[in-house]
Amino acid sequence: MLLEAPFTEEKMRRLHVGDKVEITGLLYTGRDAVHKYLYEGGKSPVDLTDSIIYHCGPVVVKQGKKWVVKAAGPTTSIREEPYQGELMKRYRIRGVIGKGGMGPRTLAACSEVGGVYLHAIGGAAQVLAQRVIEVPAVHLLEKFGSPEAIWEFKVERFPVVVTMDSHGNSLHQQVLDTSETALRKLL
Amino acid sequence: MDVKVLQKNLLELIRRTSCELPLDVVRLLEKGHEKERKGSTAKYALEVILDNIKLANQLSQPLCQDTGTIICYAELPKWLDEATFKRTYEKAVVQATKVGYLRQNSVDSLTGKNSGNNLGPGSPVFHLSTTKAKTLQVRMILKGGGCENVGIQYSLPDATIGAGRDLAGVRRCLLDAVQQAQGKGCGPGILGVCIGGDRSGGYVASKEEFFRPLDDVNPDKRLAGLENKIMKEANSLKIGPMGFGGRTTLLGVKITHRNRLPASFIVSVSYMCWAFRRNGFRLSESGKVSRWLYDS
Repeated sequence: MLLEAPFTEEKMRRLHVGDKVEITGLLYTGRDAVHKYLYEGGKSPVDLTDSIIYHCGPVVVKQGKKWVVKAAGPTTSIREEPYQGELMKRYRIRGVIGKGGMGPRTLAACSEVGGVYLHAIGGAAQVLAQRVIEVPAVHLLEKFGSPEAIWEFKVERFPVVVTMDSHGNSLHQQVLDTSETALRKLL
Repeated sequence: MDVKVLQKNLLELIRRTSCELPLDVVRLLEKGHEKERKGSTAKYALEVILDNIKLANQLSQPLCQDTGTIICYAELPKWLDEATFKRTYEKAVVQATKVGYLRQNSVDSLTGKNSGNNLGPGSPVFHLSTTKAKTLQVRMILKGGGCENVGIQYSLPDATIGAGRDLAGVRRCLLDAVQQAQGKGCGPGILGVCIGGDRSGGYVASKEEFFRPLDDVNPDKRLAGLENKIMKEANSLKIGPMGFGGRTTLLGVKITHRNRLPASFIVSVSYMCWAFRRNGFRLSESGKVSRWLYDS
């Protein structure tokens, strides 16, 4: 199904674990340095209301005056677990794209603000980079370096799967439970 | 040896490693895709992965944006000294970063500052030795951070997982490692394992196992048996590609061993993601590549 900006609470609450979604609109990248910075009170250079944050440290090169994305897959999200829930609540961030899923604090924030966790396929840097049609701006590039900066990505039909929804469901918790039971049987 | 020619060849090695996945890996990913249930998230994940491999190859761009730790193994013949090789390899790395085969991936651990060119203390990682052979052999791995973070070492006996100092104990370590890596290491993954050795040597040996062809059979029957068993058991845990659930959790298990101290029994487990980037070549003094080590 298609998910188009603006990313309102109403749209996000309609999504459920297992939904394959294609996003069209603006994404902000943000990973370790950005999350720690915002959490500790740093000022956000962009308006994060009704936004989607993408855990991604892309390869971007400048060709003439334009930024061109060479590779842009997701990074492991669980490292942002200490910060993500609080930031979702503070800024009304409605979507988090990454890989590997997140923990109970983020899941609770999804329920509270009406947000979802959207899983991009890890390592699929080319398939995903192709869906970035423009890079309107970059922020905090000097401060954090290219992989850790906030890049604005205009995307078209960016493919993800909902693995945590605003109804308390997490595919990651389900798989963890099943595999733990299977492992106990083996041992 | 013309260093310019060496540099050109090293740049091509980095390009191939970053942009083209060896065929032994691709074949196993295709097999995994066939095995997953129609319409499942696992099948979808493998579809995207296979599309991505094709696209990266066509565009000559990195398979994964995390172009990883650059680990270089070289066997230097008489005609090439260590300092010249290192300098030339580093130049190729800087060039590869500029054109986008590699991401700016080397960060000062104290200041957080990115060097911007992939050089710095410890980057790239070199394992150099000398050889009596006439040709230079260079092999490299690009190992992303997600999979590096789930590498793990066990000191046996380990009561928390009930692992004693024998192969049955090692089995428990490996299954525990796979269970813990789920979702984080971009599965389906490959385990490189070293039983014994000290902590640093164990990890080095575990990573060297990644150079084995994925379809080979361990010449040590005991280890071959363990590799098979872990493959079957890990794939029965239903962790699946990207931890979405499914049948394809591991693509390979490669195990080696080193002698240990009477007091130590270390098991080192390195996990590699599906973007199993490794390649290498042999190069003659005239600058001609006589052989690429992996078809891609």
